[in-house]
Amino acid sequence: MSTPIASPAPPALLARNLTVSYNDVRALDAVGVSVGTGSICGLIGVNGSGKSTLFKALMGLLVPAAGTVELYGRSSREARQRGLVAYVPQAEDVDWDFPVSVADVVAMGRYGLMGPSRRASAADRAAVDAALERVGLSGLRRRQIGELSGGQRKRAFVARSIAQDAKLLLLDEPFAGVDRSSETTLTALLQELRDEGRSVLMSTHDLAGVSQLCDSAVLLHNRVLARGRPEDVLTPSNLALAFGGALEIREP
Amino acid sequence: MDLLTWLTEPLQYGFLTRALVVTIAAAVVSAVLSCWLILMGWSLMGDAVSHAVLPGVALAYIVGLPFSIGAFVFGAGAVALIGVVRSTTKLKPDTVIGVVFTALFAAGLAIVSSTPSQIDLLHILFGNVLGVTDGELWQVLILGAVTLAVVLFKRRDLTLLAFDRTHAHVIGLNTKFLSALLLGLLALSVVVGLQAVGIILVVAMLITPGATAFLLTRSFDRMLVLAVGITVAASLAGIYASYYLDISTGAAVVLAQSLVFTVVYLVARPNGVLWQRLRVRRSRRGPSARAHVGDEPAGAVS
Repeated sequence: MSTPIASPAPPALLARNLTVSYNDVRALDAVGVSVGTGSICGLIGVNGSGKSTLFKALMGLLVPAAGTVELYGRSSREARQRGLVAYVPQAEDVDWDFPVSVADVVAMGRYGLMGPSRRASAADRAAVDAALERVGLSGLRRRQIGELSGGQRKRAFVARSIAQDAKLLLLDEPFAGVDRSSETTLTALLQELRDEGRSVLMSTHDLAGVSQLCDSAVLLHNRVLARGRPEDVLTPSNLALAFGGALEIREP
Repeated sequence: MDLLTWLTEPLQYGFLTRALVVTIAAAVVSAVLSCWLILMGWSLMGDAVSHAVLPGVALAYIVGLPFSIGAFVFGAGAVALIGVVRSTTKLKPDTVIGVVFTALFAAGLAIVSSTPSQIDLLHILFGNVLGVTDGELWQVLILGAVTLAVVLFKRRDLTLLAFDRTHAHVIGLNTKFLSALLLGLLALSVVVGLQAVGIILVVAMLITPGATAFLLTRSFDRMLVLAVGITVAASLAGIYASYYLDISTGAAVVLAQSLVFTVVYLVARPNGVLWQRLRVRRSRRGPSARAHVGDEPAGAVS
C-alpha cells in the first residue's frame, strides 16, 4: 500500500481493516483503501463485490464489525458535519419522477451551510449558479431532474458536490447509463476537480475509463485483490481473479 | 332560490359554520402533509396511524381528556411500535404495519364495546363534524396551526429526506430525527383530520390531494399550492353536497376529492390517461416522426 509517508497532511480517505458481514455472508473482509489528496481512485469489482457496502461504511451508513475510517484525518461523522464529503448516487437509486428542479437538487448541496429552515442566502444562490455554470447546466436549471439525459443527470449531482464545496467526492458508478460524449465531459470535469485539490473515489465497471482517469485503483472482491497504479492493478491475471469468466474489456 | 341564498343558507346554522371551519382546516393541514407522504411512500403508514388512534380516542373520552391527547399518544405509539418491530425482525414493512395497526384498532373496538353508553363509535369511525363542540374546534385549529408551521419551516429538509436520504446523511443532517419529525407530524394531522371525516376516511385526506397534485405538476412548490387548492374546493363542495343532498359529510368531502382525482387522472396533460390513449391512436395511424436519440431524456414521460 503506497500511502505517501513524507506528506504531513493526512490522506483524503484512509480506511483500515474494514469488515462487514450481512448475516453469515462477509461483504467486506479486512478491506483497506486510501485515497491521496488531489487524486482519483477507481474502485473496481463485480456486482456483489462489496463496493456499495464499502461506500456505506465510509459514509457511516453502517457500522463495520471491525476497522476504522478516517476522512482528512477526522472521523467520518466529523468530516460529514464539516461538509467535506459528497456522494453522487448511482442512477437506479434516484427517484427521477420526484418533483424537484435541477437547481433545487444543486441547492441541496448548500443545506449543511444554511440555517435551520434552509433559506438560501445570496452567497448560496451564487454558489448554485456557479456550480451549474461550471457543469454546463445553467440553461437547464429549471428542468425537472428526470427531464435530463443520463450524462446531464450525473453532472447535476456533481454540481451539487461543487456547490457544497466538498473535498472528497464518492461516486457510485458515474459512467453507467452515460453515452460516450457525456462520458468525455464528465471525465474532464472530474479531472478539473482533482486538479483543484479535491479527491475522488469512484466505483466503476468501466476498466478503460479507470486507466485514463484514475491515479490509483483498487480491485475489490469482498477483500482487496490488488491496489496501486491502474496499470499495475488491471493486469489480466488480477482481472481474471476479480471478474472470473465474466470479463469484458472495452478498449479505449 | 338564487345562488347567493343557496350558498349562504347553510351558514346561518352555527354548527354548519363550525363544520366548514373544521373541515377546511383539517383538509389544508392534511393536504400539505400529503405532498411529502406520497413522495416518501408512506400512504400505508397514514392508514396505520389513523386506525391506531382509536383506543386513544376511546380512552380519552372515558377519562375526560381532550380527544387529541389520547389520539396523539396512540398515533405516535403506533409509529414507535412499528419502528421497533421492523428493526428487530426481518419482516417486510407493510407486514409489520398491518400487524400493529389492526391490533390497536381491535383494542379500540374492544374498549368502545365494553363502555357502550359513553362513546358513539360511529362518530369516531366516520366523523361527526356537524356535532363539533367549541372545544374540539379549538383543538383542531391550534394543532393544525402548529403542524402547518413546523412543516413549512422544515419543508426543505423534509423534501431532501424524501428525495435523497443518503445525501442528507452525508452532509451531516440527522435523518433519523427528520423521519421521526415527519411521522410525528403525520400523527398530528391524523388527530386534526379525524374530527372532520373520522378515523376510517382521514387517510384519504392524507393521500388524495397530494396524489392529484402530483399528476398535475413537476414542481414541488406548485404541488403544495395545487394540493391545498384542490382540498379546499373539495371540502366546500363536500359540505354543501352534504347539506343539500343529505349525505354523510365526511363521505361527501372524500368523494369530492376522489372525483377531482378521477378527472385529473383522465384529462390532465401530459400524463392523463385519455391523452395517452389519443397519442397512441395517432401514432398508430402514421409512422412516428420522432427518432430515438441516444442522449434523450430517459424516462421523462412514463
